[in-house]
Amino acid sequence: MDFLAPVIVIVVLGVVVWLVSGPLRAGATVVEDADAARREDLEAAKEAKYREIRDAELDFRTGKLSEADWRALDRELRAEAMELLRRLDALG
Amino acid sequence: MDPSRKRRIRLVVALSAAVILAGALAYTSFSASSAAVSPSRLLASADTGHSYQLTGKVVDGSISRHGDATLFRVRDRNGSASVPVRYVGAVPDPFRDGREVIVTVRKRGATFVGEKDSLVTKCPSKFTDKPTSKT
Amino acid sequence: MATVGQACLILALLTCVYGIVASLYGARAGRRDWVDSGRRAVYALAFLAIVSFAILVSAFLRSDFHYEVVATHSSTTTPAFYRAAAAWSSQEGSLLLWVLLLSLWSSVVLFLVRRHLRDVAPYATAVLLGFGAFFTGLLVFAATPFKTMAVAPPEGTGLDPLLRHPSMMIHPPMLYSGYTLWAIPFAFAVGALIVRRVDADWIRATRRFALAAWCFLGIGILLGARWSYAELGWGGYWAWDPVENASLLPWLTGTAFIHSVMVQEKRGMLKVWNVSLVLATGTLAVLGTFLVRSGILDSIHAFGASTLGAPFVILIGLMIAGGIYLVVSRRALLASEHKLDSLLSRESAFLGNNLVLVGLAFVVFWGTFFPLISEAVTGTKAAVGPPWFNRYTVPLALVLVLLSGIGPVIAWRRATWANARRNLLAPTAAALAVLAALLAFGVTKSATSLAMFVFAAFTVAVVVQEFARGVAARRAMAREGPLRALVSLVQRNRRRYGGYTVHLGMAVLFVGVAASTAFQHARDVRLTPGTTATVGGYQVKYVRATARPVYRGERLERVALGAVLDVRKDGRHVTTLRTERGYYPSAAPFASGSLIRGIFDGDATSEVGMKAGLTRDLWTAIQPDPEYLNKVIDATAAKTAGKPPAQQAQAVGRLLSVYRQGAFPAQFRIISSPLVSWIWLGGIIVFAGGLIALWPAPDAARRRVTAGYAARVARELGRA
Repeated sequence: MDFLAPVIVIVVLGVVVWLVSGPLRAGATVVEDADAARREDLEAAKEAKYREIRDAELDFRTGKLSEADWRALDRELRAEAMELLRRLDALG
Repeated sequence: MDPSRKRRIRLVVALSAAVILAGALAYTSFSASSAAVSPSRLLASADTGHSYQLTGKVVDGSISRHGDATLFRVRDRNGSASVPVRYVGAVPDPFRDGREVIVTVRKRGATFVGEKDSLVTKCPSKFTDKPTSKT
Repeated sequence: MATVGQACLILALLTCVYGIVASLYGARAGRRDWVDSGRRAVYALAFLAIVSFAILVSAFLRSDFHYEVVATHSSTTTPAFYRAAAAWSSQEGSLLLWVLLLSLWSSVVLFLVRRHLRDVAPYATAVLLGFGAFFTGLLVFAATPFKTMAVAPPEGTGLDPLLRHPSMMIHPPMLYSGYTLWAIPFAFAVGALIVRRVDADWIRATRRFALAAWCFLGIGILLGARWSYAELGWGGYWAWDPVENASLLPWLTGTAFIHSVMVQEKRGMLKVWNVSLVLATGTLAVLGTFLVRSGILDSIHAFGASTLGAPFVILIGLMIAGGIYLVVSRRALLASEHKLDSLLSRESAFLGNNLVLVGLAFVVFWGTFFPLISEAVTGTKAAVGPPWFNRYTVPLALVLVLLSGIGPVIAWRRATWANARRNLLAPTAAALAVLAALLAFGVTKSATSLAMFVFAAFTVAVVVQEFARGVAARRAMAREGPLRALVSLVQRNRRRYGGYTVHLGMAVLFVGVAASTAFQHARDVRLTPGTTATVGGYQVKYVRATARPVYRGERLERVALGAVLDVRKDGRHVTTLRTERGYYPSAAPFASGSLIRGIFDGDATSEVGMKAGLTRDLWTAIQPDPEYLNKVIDATAAKTAGKPPAQQAQAVGRLLSVYRQGAFPAQFRIISSPLVSWIWLGGIIVFAGGLIALWPAPDAARRRVTAGYAARVARELGRA
């Protein structure tokens, strides 16, 4: 037991160092890719906007919004979604 | 009235309502509270009718029953001054000699009468830092 | 193995410190590799926490009394199932559980959002590792679970019998999951404030975890209530005890948060409010942990004075000061993008709900900390009791239930009165019908519970109406059968219908609370075998006494003195209740020279006898009259003191048979309480609703992959 303990500790230490240093061992310095990060967030925003459009429609269908209000809201939301798509396309 | 002014007025009204409510809350809490006192404090000064939250330890061998009531004495955590307590109803599980208890009491003559369901026994310290000195 | 455990903890602390440095450096220098390495430090922390936790639990399972915590919190007579739970009944073990859950949940979250919020995430990682460093620091320097003794005692003190209840297995992990999960939105809010990116992105990324935190914390609270009801001998489920309140506080502000973030997501409003709420919730979650651990307030849970007070006060102070600094310094960014369009809108309904919830939280906070407040103001520690809490929480809860019915039918931005009237007509009619029925049946004893029933009926009707309209709309759009339409409706709008289900469950739960509070019959009576007491129309007869020893393996786990009760109503047999009081021998039952003393001077706990039903629970607990019992115990002890163990064991057997036949009086608490089961039922519905809202939508990731394939298929088929 006594000789086993240091061995286990060393193994655990090895696993931790290996795990944590993984990205650093990968070689050349990776500089933050701002575009990729931006794209992920825009994608998420787009999904959220789509959900909002569907939500508004459900509100109208279940009688919470009048037709005129819904049409106005829907137009507005779609315009915002299009803006998001435009920004996504601009990233290339 | 321009909108920003209207908003400000609304804010002021809401805030003052909140302050008044919080004030009422604070005021009632002081009048509804019962002071946590030790047996020696209670012996020194206790008004009949006012309720106190008595904390201390159950005196060894003091528990007895009298019909529906449990009679026991509570002493200071570190001391021997003790007061008699009369409590009607079931006592909590860990209640026994030497345990730390909290009970809301009112003075009735020479004894202190516990409020129903107000008797709380502190958990026998399974969570203390120090190992219990039992062998 | 204890050395390994201790080494893992030290390593964990170092890993946390490294991870904080790596994340912050990576964020400042824009070095992705360092940020990734910092994130992996969280995974490594999880790994180390798992290893040390496994070592501790295995020590408990093996009953290795070399470990001090094992010797003081477990015993060989503790059932294996509860030996594992005993691991977190100790202060050290529970802190380790905190670290374990924090690191596991943080790992899950950081893995899931690893591609999002790249600017915010490193700071959030640093905050989470900061919590990790704090708790592992406590484990390393102040409360190590791996302290060993050279000579192991032959037997441990045993797990407090009060904690031997199935819900104690899940209650602490659930509660701690809730607490630690709240650290995640907290960390992301701090990150978002630091990088000044205060749009709805961080909310979107962490919404699901806030919801999970809310759900787990809620289940944890409810399991605690259930434990109190089924295990403690007083028959209640809530007592406004400081530790109960401590868990309720973050749940209340968290409930406010998950409602008000929707306003920010949809309308870009209430930003200051939302960050303040989540910062407060995170702080209150730590405060909850602190209250349980510090013993600064008198409570049934206050586990003795502890040395951990000071570090916790420093941490909480840091969280409050840091939170206030961040919000104040970023206040210009946090300006609202829109104004409230109309008072009749979902936004203002949410605002109302938030005010009520925060009001409730304030009441609970004030009452809980009143002993400290009054000590500061008047010099004496004074406490407020349940009546004070009820005076404020009951009306607020009524408003809350009503709002939970009104909110769902009001549209965002600008609802029209005509629409609102149309949507509220049927539910109002339903509520009035329920009111008429209740009045007709004479349920008028308590005005507040009457109001609660009516408001809850209103809310239930709203939810039913919403589901019906949604299904109708879905059927009209997609031409599906009713059941299929219901499933796809919920699938496509999980948040909405999950939320409605939660409202339904809360209404059911509050009906249970109101009914069982106002219409409960409880009596404390002294009975001897053969006598009868009447409680709420039920005749309860003490039929006979029971007494039995309970062995676990070779060893005596407890001696149980009990009663069989026959319950009748109008002469008709309703049920038979059995209740017992278990006496658990102390670790060394012969220490005092008398086995019988060792047994009856140890811990004792009630085994509640209960007949639970959908409409009514019959509940009873026994306490053998100490006056008579002690006489017999004293006599037996005097006779057998110093005799050999076998003879003493025989004497115990004789005592049990004397008890069975001796017609000893016993104190009973008998409760007849309506609709208690609705509380647990409502809890299950709430949990189901939470799960629906939490479940990942089938869109997002998968669709992105399949979209690529779909485009390719279309192209290759020449139809692009």
